[in-house]
Amino acid sequence: MDRATTLGAIRRLSPYLRPVRGRLIGSAAAVLASMVCGLAIPVVIQQILDGPVAARDTGPLPWLVLAVAALGAGEALMFYLRRRLIAGPSTLVEARMRADLYAHLQRLPISFHDRWQSGQLLSRAMSDLTTVRHFVAFSGIFLVVNSITLVLGMGLMFVLSPVLGVVTLVCALPLVLISSLYESQYAVLTRRAQDQVGDLATTVEESVLGIRVLKAFGRGAHLGKRFAAQARELRATELQKVRRLAVLWAAIIVLPEAGIAAQLLFGTFGIVDGSMSVGTVVAGITVASYLRWPTDSIGWLLAEANKVATAVTRYWEVRDAPVTITDPAAPRPLPASGVGAVLFDGVRFAHPGSDDEVLRGVDLAVRPGETVALVGPTGSGKSTLTGLVPRLADVTGGRVSVDGVDVRELALADLRTVVAMAFEEPVLFSASVRENVALGAPGVSDEQVRVALRIAQAEDFVDRLPWGLDTRIGEEGLSLSGGQRQRLALARAVVGAPKVLVLDDPLSALDVHTEAEVEHALRSVLAGVTAIVVAHRPSTVQLADRVAMLDGGRIVAVGTHSQLLAENPDYRALLSTSDDDRAEVGS
Amino acid sequence: MTTPAAPVAPAAESAPAESWRGVAAEDTEQLDHAAGLKVQARSRALLRSLLRPRMARVWFALALVVLENLSRLSGPLIIAVAIDTGIPAAVKGDPTVLAWCVAGYAFSGIASAVLFAGFTRTSGRIGQDVVLDLRQRIFRHAQGLSLSFHESYTSGRVISRQTSDIDALAELLESGVDDLLASVLSIVGITALLLWLDLPLAAVMLVMAVPLVFVARWFLRRSNQTYRATSGRVAKVIMQFVETMNGMRAVQAFRREPRNESILDALNSGYREANRDALKVVAQFTMGVRMIGNISLAVVLAVGAYRVAGGTLELGVLTAFTLYLRRFYEPLDDIAMFANSYSSATAALEKISGLLEEEPDVREPEHPTALPRQSRGGRSVEFVRTEFRYRADTPVVLPTFDLTVPAGQTVALVGPTGAGKSTIAKLVARFYDPTTGAVLLDGIDLSALSDVDLRRAVVMVTQENFLFSGSVAENIALGKPSATRAEIEAATRAVGGHDFVCALPEGYDTDVRKRGGRLSAGQRQVIAFARAFLADPAVLVLDEATSSLDVPTEQIVQRALESVLADRTALIIAHRLSTVLIADRVLVVDDGRIVEDGAPADLIEDSGRFAALHAAWRDSLV
Repeated sequence: MDRATTLGAIRRLSPYLRPVRGRLIGSAAAVLASMVCGLAIPVVIQQILDGPVAARDTGPLPWLVLAVAALGAGEALMFYLRRRLIAGPSTLVEARMRADLYAHLQRLPISFHDRWQSGQLLSRAMSDLTTVRHFVAFSGIFLVVNSITLVLGMGLMFVLSPVLGVVTLVCALPLVLISSLYESQYAVLTRRAQDQVGDLATTVEESVLGIRVLKAFGRGAHLGKRFAAQARELRATELQKVRRLAVLWAAIIVLPEAGIAAQLLFGTFGIVDGSMSVGTVVAGITVASYLRWPTDSIGWLLAEANKVATAVTRYWEVRDAPVTITDPAAPRPLPASGVGAVLFDGVRFAHPGSDDEVLRGVDLAVRPGETVALVGPTGSGKSTLTGLVPRLADVTGGRVSVDGVDVRELALADLRTVVAMAFEEPVLFSASVRENVALGAPGVSDEQVRVALRIAQAEDFVDRLPWGLDTRIGEEGLSLSGGQRQRLALARAVVGAPKVLVLDDPLSALDVHTEAEVEHALRSVLAGVTAIVVAHRPSTVQLADRVAMLDGGRIVAVGTHSQLLAENPDYRALLSTSDDDRAEVGS
Repeated sequence: MTTPAAPVAPAAESAPAESWRGVAAEDTEQLDHAAGLKVQARSRALLRSLLRPRMARVWFALALVVLENLSRLSGPLIIAVAIDTGIPAAVKGDPTVLAWCVAGYAFSGIASAVLFAGFTRTSGRIGQDVVLDLRQRIFRHAQGLSLSFHESYTSGRVISRQTSDIDALAELLESGVDDLLASVLSIVGITALLLWLDLPLAAVMLVMAVPLVFVARWFLRRSNQTYRATSGRVAKVIMQFVETMNGMRAVQAFRREPRNESILDALNSGYREANRDALKVVAQFTMGVRMIGNISLAVVLAVGAYRVAGGTLELGVLTAFTLYLRRFYEPLDDIAMFANSYSSATAALEKISGLLEEEPDVREPEHPTALPRQSRGGRSVEFVRTEFRYRADTPVVLPTFDLTVPAGQTVALVGPTGAGKSTIAKLVARFYDPTTGAVLLDGIDLSALSDVDLRRAVVMVTQENFLFSGSVAENIALGKPSATRAEIEAATRAVGGHDFVCALPEGYDTDVRKRGGRLSAGQRQVIAFARAFLADPAVLVLDEATSSLDVPTEQIVQRALESVLADRTALIIAHRLSTVLIADRVLVVDDGRIVEDGAPADLIEDSGRFAALHAAWRDSLV
């Protein structure tokens, strides 16, 4: 990353820095004040050594010592103020950026989330923002303050003795040059390491989540090799960073020391020929020692600036991703008399970045209160089609409408209130059963949650959980069986009494007994709502009033199950073979 | 599912603001003092075992840092000599001492630089090697632990052992240890030097430094508290974040965004407050240290100046003193930084060592028995006086039973949910070991086989079809990493997946995306099947493996099954009668017992459960 992009990236922090700039400036002022105190102390010490000590006159000594003490106390107070002032703003910037990122991610379309590994998103939300906090609290302020201190210190040095000033300057310049050279190399390595950490985290995640498959095939070692290779690559990058650091540190140590040695040389010879006082030399060396930290730190601070620039760039990569599924400028209200008629009108869909259309003109009218089963060969786009109703994705052609209103003209909140979904794979959060069913929808009473659980045949097992509705389930709670999970997901879909229910093959994980129970209960719910149910089994299809068959991106047949069985050979092939094959065994 | 012994009222367990989180058994757990000591000993042992193989390098790094500090400390001393001896001599016309001083100072600068660069590289290498070693240990260990462990420990915790905990340790190794060593050495060195330079003045300085001890103690206690607060709170933020990202479909479809935002807001502010408090503690500490340092500088200066004026102290000694004093207090700030990374690294080590201490319930034998060469037609599977329960304190799932499946036989397991079908299947795949008795493969106890032999011989496909990041081909090749493209395609063709794979943008090289997000559930299952067929095991266990397939695909898979199963042993759990009917033998399982056993045709003719089921489902046909 070159200087311009580094600055450009850091500038993107400004919306978050602006509200806290008062305290930032205050903190920088405190640093400066502490530096001034720190610089002044050696000057007073020089006065003591050259004045009372040299003259063996102890008269003014108490005042000068008191001055040193006062300056020292001032410096310490300023140390405190600097951190105290920055504590609030730096953590606030971090927290706000994280909250905004989270809010943005929740609005980004599912197609975005399918592309991004959650580890990569997490590292942006956590470690990149920690970098930002450190920058705001330390490196950013010191970058400004240390530059000022360097200039001030140099000035003081020239005032003390022009010779000593020149010597210090000559030794400081190469340091800044080396630092900035190193900065650019280091930035590349840092970015590489950050990305490698992300990849490694992904492998770890998969090794744990896919543990059953790995065990079943005994391929733990196979993935282990990939993991080891990635870990070794990361180590190699980190070692490269260490080597660069070692060189930089060497330069940082040797150059100021050379400066002090040169001062010693010129200074002591100055004393010998009478052109300089001992106090001046001591003060010069003290000031030079004092300037070591600001000089040393320039390289490190530039590296930090680079690191934060990388972090900010990574952050904005996500923040800049367009939210493609948004509320319309002027949302239309749903007709009050709405009954939940769903219409697919010439619907076309291609995944973002692909020209291949999955849906090529789907026409289907789902009448209010009707249940339509959607069948079709594997990969025919059934799930994609159902996702279009609550706008998890938007059509690329044609329209989907609910009660005559294009879903894209409705406020998202309205749309998703009338349309509820259940997915093939139930998603549970580590929260109470109540929270998982109501999902935080305002105004859902325990009674409503219970009704929904009853419908989904889940009330009994929930009551048997150790804390009933309050039991924590999901990742960090009790683990439930697949059937139990799916029944909770179904309860979630029916809890808000939606007008339209979209069920994406929610019964596939259920065993036949439970499936029959859930179906039985669903039948009474489905009577009141419009429903689209993705199905691939005859038993599920039998829930529906009509069946629509999706193939080649179009609806190729619509009718009742028995009609289609009788009339459509493709349908027969899809859902029935011989008499025996149509049956299922109670398990 | 386990039921905790004493359920506690939820209100007592969680604050009202967090009531959404619900109650879990671990909330009620507490670590007692003795356990805490054991944990500390365990993590120290881990650290020792990590460092032991690299002790030579550790000593080398220590030597470098000691030398570097010696060289660095010599600086002010040389300046003192220059002022006290060099200048008077030079004034008298002999610049030799002065010249030596300048050369010596320059040399000490160069030496410090070279030594420190060497130390940075050496300690960096140690740190990276330790991290790599630990990463691999955790990975291998987690892979070796049994499924029962993974089911209770949860994936999030294993992942954070490998990520945030390792990071904490890496940070400590990267900068913390260097800083601490350098700080301690420089403090000790300076103290020694000052004592040597001038005893009374050093005594003054040391007395002034006594309050430091109290300040440091206060700080260590407080920083430990703030550290605990931040690490506990950051974990909650991460959890919320990850869950939201992984459940994004449900979040958006159910308008959970506002609720999620208010939850994150609360967690985020909690984390922010903890961070802010931590900063405030550091602010107070650094102020304290600096205050003590500066006041003692003033006092030393006063005492020193009077003594120089009185002629009892050299000016150069006083100069050196003032230079050293500032250096004495500087590293103390670094120690503040160190305290935090030390706390987080210790906590991380405690958790990591806890994971590494877990013993697998199912372990590979040290001296495995070799599996005899396979005769054609699979291998026999035999349960001998087998009994199974998940844990000692849970009820028996499978009461003692015997069962022999001859080589080449296809057995279907039928029965209600929870009857124990999956458990039988998992025992064959050795996901668990039987509580008593044994499971034999060709007469050899599964627990006597090496993992390689076992997994080569027995493969289990479940309805969970996890796909790894990478291409379709890579995912199928998991069944047999050495497979050629032709073999992969043949396996896919056999299960009817070739056409849809070819229709993907890059065919077999198409990236399946996160968790196979590019493919439908049915397609993922087909890939899982292709994987199993490619693995070509002697014993195939299918647990609801066809549940997500549509009928045509299932038919293809089934036809493939019929030919593939001809010369191998198979255990099938399936809903569909069609699948069950291809079996040579049906076992009806109820409440952990095999209640019917026979060829499907025979069972249908009997009047048992299978016949009843069969009749019921025939009647329900459309």
